[in-house]
Amino acid sequence: MRAFTVHQGLVAPMDRANVDTDLIIPKQFLKSIKRSGFGPNAFDELRYLDEGQPGMDNAVRPLNPEFPLNFARYQGASILLARENFGCGSSREHAPWALEDYGFRAIIAPSFADIFYNNCFKNGVLPVVLPAEQVDGLFAAMYAQEGYELKVDLQNQQVVLPGGEALPFDVDSYRRQCLLEGLDDIGVTLKSGDAIRRYEAATAARSPWLFPEVSP
Amino acid sequence: MGRTLYDKLWDSHLVEEREDGSALIYIDRHLVHEVTSPQAFEGLRLAGRNPWRLASTLAVPDHNVPTEKEERAGGVAGIQDPISRLQVETLDENCDAFGIDEIPINDRRQGIVHVVGPEQGATLPGMTVVCGDSHTSTHGALGALAHGIGTSEVEHVLATQCLVQQKMKNMRVRVDGRLAPGVTAKDLALAIIGEIGTAGGTGYAIEFAGEAVEGLTMEGRMTLCNMSIEAGARMGMIAVDDVTIDYVRGRPMAPKGELWDQAVAAWRDLHSDADAVFDREIVLDAASIAPQVTWGTSPEMVAPVTAHIPDPESMEAGTRRDATTRALHYMGLQGGAAISSIPVDRVFIGSCTNSRIEDLREAAAVMRGRHVAQTVKQALVVPGSGEVKAQAEAEGLHQVFIDAGMEWREPGCSMCLAMNADKLGKGEHCASTSNRNFEGRQGFGGRTHLVSPAMAAAAAAAGHFVDVRTLEPVQEGQA
Repeated sequence: MRAFTVHQGLVAPMDRANVDTDLIIPKQFLKSIKRSGFGPNAFDELRYLDEGQPGMDNAVRPLNPEFPLNFARYQGASILLARENFGCGSSREHAPWALEDYGFRAIIAPSFADIFYNNCFKNGVLPVVLPAEQVDGLFAAMYAQEGYELKVDLQNQQVVLPGGEALPFDVDSYRRQCLLEGLDDIGVTLKSGDAIRRYEAATAARSPWLFPEVSP
Repeated sequence: MGRTLYDKLWDSHLVEEREDGSALIYIDRHLVHEVTSPQAFEGLRLAGRNPWRLASTLAVPDHNVPTEKEERAGGVAGIQDPISRLQVETLDENCDAFGIDEIPINDRRQGIVHVVGPEQGATLPGMTVVCGDSHTSTHGALGALAHGIGTSEVEHVLATQCLVQQKMKNMRVRVDGRLAPGVTAKDLALAIIGEIGTAGGTGYAIEFAGEAVEGLTMEGRMTLCNMSIEAGARMGMIAVDDVTIDYVRGRPMAPKGELWDQAVAAWRDLHSDADAVFDREIVLDAASIAPQVTWGTSPEMVAPVTAHIPDPESMEAGTRRDATTRALHYMGLQGGAAISSIPVDRVFIGSCTNSRIEDLREAAAVMRGRHVAQTVKQALVVPGSGEVKAQAEAEGLHQVFIDAGMEWREPGCSMCLAMNADKLGKGEHCASTSNRNFEGRQGFGGRTHLVSPAMAAAAAAAGHFVDVRTLEPVQEGQA
């Protein structure tokens, strides 16, 4: 996994609450058996005027001129500013894959859905929770200034504004460490292999119906 | 201090606690389907890893499978959409290569993973159950700790049989009193989501309790827990009681003989202690709940069938008003209009929420002697598994649906998320027994209204939403 330490980049808006994972990446694209290439279909139904299908040449599809991510001023954005309960709905990891493939490294919102939040960390995308008032402030500042950039600093757990003001955020230490170091967390868990085997032996003795393959 | 059901399930699966506050939690049952697993198997291959414990894993294709009889008869090779076919083939190949048990496409046991798990006894009380699908919360109905995971975690569970977790907070949703006749577990689920909102359960494990919940059948409990995720909670659960034990007894993969007695003795402790403390508690009165219909593009945008669509004009400025305005624009509806005035173009009875035998019985009870309205273009009935289908056919339910002008299909996820050929056209309104009314969920530009199976059937017959409690009984032989 790609590590995340500090990232500075252009901010783009997703100014609506309860953005669900169907909206982030519609189901027809979930048929892919690959992990990459979802970026051109991120927010497909908002971004294009026609119905998207796998295998289409997205470069020639009609863009929705009213969708902010299509505005010239937000091209190259790498930080998404969003509203509450971002990423609700299905557990599809294709949602963070699509956002990452699009070019987003961080998402800032007042709240995230649990599964989506967790999935982001597995893919080098940092979801940042800030209080709603601060997010309101960031939206206003971003709309007011073309080329508005933020610096997201995971090492120091803060979002730094253009004027230097720093907004602190919380993140649990395990996820933070995995992301800072770009760790393979399966490898980390496998280091506890002996503890897992001990647990299995104890459970098979105590609750043998859970281990029918070793039960008499 | 007493422990909650969630606390007990957590404690009994704790492999290791770490200094950083995370914990390694053991997974007893891993359910796998074709959409969220290919990249996980690929990850194992790239890292040269093998599954930790094959016997914990059970796979079944469900999202992509065609539900039309003819197309289905050809098995995997008969799937017309080449991309869908490749995904199902890939599941078959991965299960073969890694030695994982799979219920293949045209096995009688095949169906929606969350119908198949409990039906086969693959998911049991007291288990930790995960699947790369957010509706894994369904299995919490058995007194299990069950939740959806992403593909990276599918790979993690395959490789280690564990997940790194942070403990959730405890929430209890207590529903006092009894549900009125004609009001179902689905209406209860929607009413709860309407009450606490789609983010109301975020960060919590929800336990559903109270007289109304205890009064639900096992299938009703599954419907309720299924939609926990629509209230923001990854997991919903219900204490084990006689209803649970009676449901599990005799299932193909359930313990037998002495092991059964041992298991039941342990399962009897799967309830919250009387002095357990919840971080949040919500109390609802069952008797006040009417059949529900969603009018917007989020499950929290829901109202009793007797009510009217909210009018954004009468709301204060803010994100809620913006969301209502946007939703009504997408849905092609007017604020202030009666819910019963919403026309229905298609009807979908199915999904992991409502495709079990009791759901089909409820729908058939309404359709018996009635016919789908002329203005309704299509009404699909998609059983949740081959077993459900066989049972429904043994009871003659399929004939009721066919006589009413509905289509009786093969099992699968179908129009719940429209990954196969079953989908809505642009602008079409659908009375759907599924779980999500998001924009485009059931097809590009499609408009979903979530309802119970009985309400979906009533809407099919009327051509618009109607309070199922007010339907006149139909005389035999009259249509």
